[in-house]
Amino acid sequence: MAAERSTIVALSSGRPPAAIAIIRLSGPDACAAATALAGPLPTPRHAGLRSIVDPATGGILDSALVLHFPAPASVTGEEIVELHCHGGRAVVEAVLRALFARPGVRLAEPGEFTRRALASGRIDLTEAEGLADLLAAETEIQRRAAQSRAGGQLRDLLAGWRTRLLDLSAAAEVVIDYPDEEDGIVAPSLAADLDSLAGDVRALLASPRVEPLRDGLRIVFAGPPNVGKSSLVNVLCKSERAIVTPIAGTTRDSIEVPLAIDGLPLLLVDTAGLRESSDSVERLGIARAEQEVDRADVLVWLGAPDEAPSHPRRILLHPKADLGPPSNASQLAVSAISGEGLAELLGAIAEATAGLIPSPRQLTLTEREAGHVSDLLGALEAAKAQSLALLIAEELRYGREAIDRITGLSSIDAVLDALFARFCLGK
Amino acid sequence: MLDVLVIGGGHSGVEAACAAARRGARVAILTFTAADIGQMSCNPSVGGVGKGHLVREVDALGGVMARAADRAAIHRRMLNASKGAAVRGPRVQADRRRFAKAVREAVFAAGVNTIEGEAAALHLHNGRVSGVILADGAAVRAGAVVLATGTFLGATLYRGEERWSGGREGASSASCLAHQLREAGLANGTLKTGTPPRLDGRTIDWSRLTPQPSDAQPWTLALAANPAPLPQLACAIARTTAATHDVIRAGLSRSPLFAGDISGRGPRYCPSIEDKVVRFGDRDGHQIFLEPEGLDDPIVYPNGISTSLPVDVQEAMLGTIAGLERARFTRPGYAVEYAYADPRRLRSSLEHRDIAGLFLAGQINGTTGYEEAAAQGLLAGANAAALVLDFEPLEVDRATSYLGVLIDDLTLQGVSEPYRMLTARAEHRLHLRSDNAVARLAPDAIRLGLLDQDQKARTLSHLDALGRAGDALAQVADAATLGAAGASRPLSKWLLQPGLVEAVRSQLPSDGATGEAIENSQYAPYVARQQAEIGRRAKDRRLRLPANTDFSVVPGLSHEMIERLSASAPETLDQASRVPGVTPAALAALHFSIACRVTN
Repeated sequence: MAAERSTIVALSSGRPPAAIAIIRLSGPDACAAATALAGPLPTPRHAGLRSIVDPATGGILDSALVLHFPAPASVTGEEIVELHCHGGRAVVEAVLRALFARPGVRLAEPGEFTRRALASGRIDLTEAEGLADLLAAETEIQRRAAQSRAGGQLRDLLAGWRTRLLDLSAAAEVVIDYPDEEDGIVAPSLAADLDSLAGDVRALLASPRVEPLRDGLRIVFAGPPNVGKSSLVNVLCKSERAIVTPIAGTTRDSIEVPLAIDGLPLLLVDTAGLRESSDSVERLGIARAEQEVDRADVLVWLGAPDEAPSHPRRILLHPKADLGPPSNASQLAVSAISGEGLAELLGAIAEATAGLIPSPRQLTLTEREAGHVSDLLGALEAAKAQSLALLIAEELRYGREAIDRITGLSSIDAVLDALFARFCLGK
Repeated sequence: MLDVLVIGGGHSGVEAACAAARRGARVAILTFTAADIGQMSCNPSVGGVGKGHLVREVDALGGVMARAADRAAIHRRMLNASKGAAVRGPRVQADRRRFAKAVREAVFAAGVNTIEGEAAALHLHNGRVSGVILADGAAVRAGAVVLATGTFLGATLYRGEERWSGGREGASSASCLAHQLREAGLANGTLKTGTPPRLDGRTIDWSRLTPQPSDAQPWTLALAANPAPLPQLACAIARTTAATHDVIRAGLSRSPLFAGDISGRGPRYCPSIEDKVVRFGDRDGHQIFLEPEGLDDPIVYPNGISTSLPVDVQEAMLGTIAGLERARFTRPGYAVEYAYADPRRLRSSLEHRDIAGLFLAGQINGTTGYEEAAAQGLLAGANAAALVLDFEPLEVDRATSYLGVLIDDLTLQGVSEPYRMLTARAEHRLHLRSDNAVARLAPDAIRLGLLDQDQKARTLSHLDALGRAGDALAQVADAATLGAAGASRPLSKWLLQPGLVEAVRSQLPSDGATGEAIENSQYAPYVARQQAEIGRRAKDRRLRLPANTDFSVVPGLSHEMIERLSASAPETLDQASRVPGVTPAALAALHFSIACRVTN
């Protein structure tokens, strides 16, 4: 209950040392705790400069900008105070220690701020997921994808579909529950209406997934040993993250390097060389590499074109172009040494990922949501294949249930579990 | 002193009294006129789509209605015969007099006493009901009271400009009790229903109407065989015309419905003929089903023209309908406006949340229909007995019975118009068939002692037969045996191939449970998918909201959500998700408030 709630505190900005550290308090004791350290609070939603004093010792800890967001109009629905301190590690630790000295004030658990926003009815689940992504967004494309979700676009779309499904259901139900009525035939427009809705659902299902955007699109570099995969990855991210040696089969495990190119979040994955091997450690690496090829969003193949594993988004390279021209026109010539073809390779990667990146205002789906949307599509297709009103109605009902599972109207606990598995501290 | 006193001898009161008596309680029915027990106030039919499911469930729980209807059946129709077993709706036309007689015999056989009189007031003591004061001042003490007053609570009848007090034509209404209940805030709402004129069948020109014969295949509503089937009569279909609609439109200003006298809402799915004409003005005709009321009774019930228009308009209306031009009525139609109690104030046992020992069942809870009333009565009676005798209560679940759907809908969603059972209300419809009611409910019925000896023996024997049929379906058969193609597989899997049902049936024992076992197999894939849905909700069902939860202190609930949740008082998070209009954000807020109590 509200009165028994503890007040939570977390460092809401990046890890110190940094220029500024934002310490955020939310809960019933937020104002009192902040006042104890900083004196009278400034006008709500206005910044005021205050000295932060340790109430235990009277010693000045820092001078900070203080902001107050009163309940219930704050993001958590509770009293919120933010202390914008200097970002040194010692300052942050001292301020936090002084706050935790107060009874009823504790460190926030992972996701607790968002959890309280949800609990206070400020946002719904689909928005909460978007919000979590928005806070975690590191690149422009991630931000754009999260923004549309945090704004409730998905919720509105689903609400519209639910209404259409209800209309379709009514057409099937009348045949079942009113057998004496003359109107007792399934409306002839049902098939067309099902098609139209299925088309819209299919379009949403084809939209990009949240997870690759969040974690970076997996660009997997694969090929036989010693073709220069690691050198290429190294040059691309201009660092020495992967070990490069002239001995075949050195990269025995996969190495992931996060990289953003023009706001595009990428994860370059350098794999072990694919070949028959008797070395057991290397064999593990090769097995891992084969898995990586399967998981790849884009496969960059550095071997012979006719040996390339099949993949829907594949780029064929002719590496070490400084040693000779490509034998095959489908290959892109690159050289880690001369830098030849590197810009073209980045361009090819951006082009290959086009379908995985949301266009402005396009929605994205989490894997969880996509699973339910796919259930919905399956139900619509099954309904269309049915001639018995009873089974048409059952499929439509199942489709509605799938929507309710996304929004949390049905099985809310399962939805929340899935959601909170991935929140991180202080957001 | 009685254990259970049931006020009202209609379909709900009878099932309540008999169910309580079967559990060993000392029971009496309090009614205006004992001879009226088991009366059908409206149409002479029992069952239908959704309703037939309820009747079979009442029977599986040892109830009276199905057997009485079988004994009185003069016309049978299996509705939706070709639309899938799950929505097949058995319906019989019952001989009105024979039905009431069979009901009275069942009440007598169950050892239920009858008290004639008018309940004037409930005797309440410390928030608990302890009996009833009669209009003559006598007191009847009882451990629990079941209110099954139907439309008789402060009811007014309307026809044209006429209005008079009464629960049914020729019967009085309980106005004193209505006053007390209204004062106590128990029965504040009003609803409306209506009934058509009754016709003298000898004045109908049957030769000009389309006959509707009784089903050729005999079947029964009850699990018990019908010892003495009656001869079967045909119904017939007539039709209103544009001229009928003109007559009705001309009379609308004299209709209590449209002149604004009746404020209670009527059922959208069983509208009066004047309602149909106003709302569907473009239709050139509406069907009228002419249903005989008895074997040796000339009265005919014209289903589809319920009306409260003045008598002269009703007469003029008949004159415009082919075959009914010369028909005379034995009694004109009328509308009833009656008080009902918000069923959201009831627990799922149908006991009132604020008055211990008081149970409400039937039309007083805002439902319509004999079957809905009977089902609630049975549950209320079984639970009233359980309360007094300290037995296990009868709990029902919307995943396993229409009775569960009915109770869950009423207590969570309340009613805004008379509630009628529809199969569309049951999300687990494919599992809730009228032919598997016994299999679904027998374990509860037997454990709780709801079956008499004969019914228990029949139930066990049916379950045995079902088990044998299930075993037979598990047998592996090769393609040649069935005249099909493909690898050998169990008969139950062959059933999933189109066109093999009859071939499989010929391989099975031919008794009453075979059809049911076949349907079980055919629906198995859907039922499995629904089981998965139920599993996903399992955690929400375990997350209980404490009794008397004060929703106004749950952080983040809007005023609207607080109002809706307080009115319905859901007991679990799963139930909260079915409160009408509740939003996902409100559910999340509720979820956190439960979780907070656990962790903080």
